[in-house]
Amino acid sequence: MSTPTLSRARKTGVKSIDGTRASLAWLTVPALVFFVAFAIIPLGGVIVLSFMHWDGIGDISWAGFANWASVLSDPLTGGSLWTTVKVILISCAIQIPISLLLGVFTAGFQRYRAVLSVLFFVPILLSSAAVALTFTALLDPNFGLSGAIPIEALKQDWLGNPDLALAVVVFVLSWQHIPFHVLVYQGGVRQIPQSLYEAASIDGANVVQQFFTITVPQLKYTFITSTTLMVVGTLTYFDLIFVLTGGGPGHATTVLPLFMYLEGFRANDMGGASVLGVILAVFGLGLALLIQRLGGKNRQASQLEGA
Amino acid sequence: MFSALSTKRNRQRLAAVAVAAALGVTVAGCGSGGPSQSSGATATMWSLTSGDQPVIKDAVAQWNEKNPDRKINVEFFASDAYKAKIRTAVGAGQAPTLIFNWTGGVLQSYVDNKAVEDLSDLVKEKPEVADRYLPSVLQNGVIDGKTYALPMNKVNPATMYFNKDLLDKAGIEPPKTWDDILGAVPKLKAIGVAPFALGGQTKWPELIWLEFLVDRQGGTGVWERIQKGEPGAWSDPAVLEALKKIQQLVDAGGFQDSFASTASNSGSELALLYTGKAAMCLQLSSQFQAIKQGSPEFIANDKLGYAPFPTIEGGKGDPSYTVGSPANFFSVSSTASEAQKKTAKDFLASGLFNDSYTEGIIKTGAVPPLQGVDSKLGTAPDSDFLKYTYDLAAKAPTFQFSWDQAVDPSLADTLLTHLSQVFLKQETPQQFVDAMNAASKK
Repeated sequence: MSTPTLSRARKTGVKSIDGTRASLAWLTVPALVFFVAFAIIPLGGVIVLSFMHWDGIGDISWAGFANWASVLSDPLTGGSLWTTVKVILISCAIQIPISLLLGVFTAGFQRYRAVLSVLFFVPILLSSAAVALTFTALLDPNFGLSGAIPIEALKQDWLGNPDLALAVVVFVLSWQHIPFHVLVYQGGVRQIPQSLYEAASIDGANVVQQFFTITVPQLKYTFITSTTLMVVGTLTYFDLIFVLTGGGPGHATTVLPLFMYLEGFRANDMGGASVLGVILAVFGLGLALLIQRLGGKNRQASQLEGA
Repeated sequence: MFSALSTKRNRQRLAAVAVAAALGVTVAGCGSGGPSQSSGATATMWSLTSGDQPVIKDAVAQWNEKNPDRKINVEFFASDAYKAKIRTAVGAGQAPTLIFNWTGGVLQSYVDNKAVEDLSDLVKEKPEVADRYLPSVLQNGVIDGKTYALPMNKVNPATMYFNKDLLDKAGIEPPKTWDDILGAVPKLKAIGVAPFALGGQTKWPELIWLEFLVDRQGGTGVWERIQKGEPGAWSDPAVLEALKKIQQLVDAGGFQDSFASTASNSGSELALLYTGKAAMCLQLSSQFQAIKQGSPEFIANDKLGYAPFPTIEGGKGDPSYTVGSPANFFSVSSTASEAQKKTAKDFLASGLFNDSYTEGIIKTGAVPPLQGVDSKLGTAPDSDFLKYTYDLAAKAPTFQFSWDQAVDPSLADTLLTHLSQVFLKQETPQQFVDAMNAASKK
């Protein structure tokens, strides 16, 4: 497409948008209805329920701050929050560098890289429960990996040792979710104008220098998007951990969402689970805001000056 | 019709209305988790996709053929999905007419909320219905002297399995007492096998150990006091002693290495037994079928032994006490119409455990919870084991439902978690007792 046609198309586009602004407001209705029905109303319900006693079957009765007091005084609440923070920090520390490097690698247009990126993508196609069951079998001390490969280091009590169990959870989570972030970074890298690299080459920058001075800074917003998804996503992972360790041994891998599930659907304490749900939502929103802030206040600043 | 919409604006409006309508339907759809409440005398039934599914399906088909004016519509669910679904359905007043359940704490909460029918009249009017069951099994459906649930499938008591070859090789007899167990451990370790296989990742197999040890030590009164919620009931010396014995066995190396990473549901716990890596395993009698599936030749060559849980010298418990799952049960929803309730009750009386139903259950390799059913077991495959299972259940003065089912649901997970920590020695017996006393107070 040549530049004159592009600008003409833009102009006509702008004009038609101005002309029908009133009717276009209707287009937000479906999204708005969805948002209110599936986000605002349930969230409101959870907040109301957090002040109620309800076992899921009987009558709902007013509890005042009783649920809040019992949840906040339960050492498991703080413990599971801390476990969640640990899982977030460790899995980000592992996932970000690997995703970035693999993303840059798969962004190349060589054929073998295209084949490899398809293979990298496989884990995300599998359901979490299936992944967890597979890893439980692989980690079996008698019939798993250690039975097949005679390496002494593989003979560990993977799910019985609290530290190892947490490491296993983080590893499996990363294994499953890195492919998604690789894809995000791959898209980001492909957006970087080739002219930047050409200019850098002419100036004599080598590949490593180009990576740190062009690729990494240019991926700032990709980094923010991917990290937000990673952090907020970690707050929703409960299925995989539930099947893999059940939160054990003890409470070593009980993250906040899993604790909420156990409280609500195992212990049938919907009030307490709602309190945890509110804490989870506030915590998640806070983290998302924090990451957005770290991205800098001037969101309009161009990253492509001079490109 | 589309040609009538002349302007763009109209079309947009239509789209918005359509989306809103679709949403409305979806939202409304979320609320109706229950089965379609068909009018008239047609009843609904929810059950599980377990080994008994074909038997129940056949029984319902037979019933529907004979009673075309008051049919039963049955749906089957996977166990975990069912537990969540049935609670929502009962809570919303959308329960099926016939509710599959495990009695215990869940049935208690149904009764507390008047969600299920009192079946005492049915039992009184048709004594043959109640009389067909083993009393120790039927008892589980009784709360405060009223019958709220009737058994519908099979007895599933826990038993000690062992690998005969390995015991021979170590030169020991199947343990009859706790001291026998402690004596067997070093001998079995000396021939390079784990004395006991344990699925610690799955947690509930550990509970069978605690249940037996507490009862053998202190008798049934200990659990009765705990279940009633008496303050400090967990502090009973029998509980502490049982937990100490568990840790004693762990210290002696009684379980396979890294037992906390072995899962029961993947079959690797039992595989240890039949592949000759572990000599014994404490598991439910239904696991016999899993062993047979895993290694048909192990059963065919008569390598599998079984015996009741050993006794404790000086213990107060009755050695014929057993624990496990006495049966699964059906209850009748109190929100159903009178006609539906009648259909359901008549089905419980005549549709369950007629000759073809009983034979069907036996054919799946299980023992129905019926008195005198042992006379019908003779021709079934593995009849020796089935008769042994029947005796375990029939001779037990108390057939205790597994504690995690019997207890208030809010305690079940806490119990399993703390017990697994005792097995891992991350908690002392006293810490377990304190934690459970505190949790019971809530």
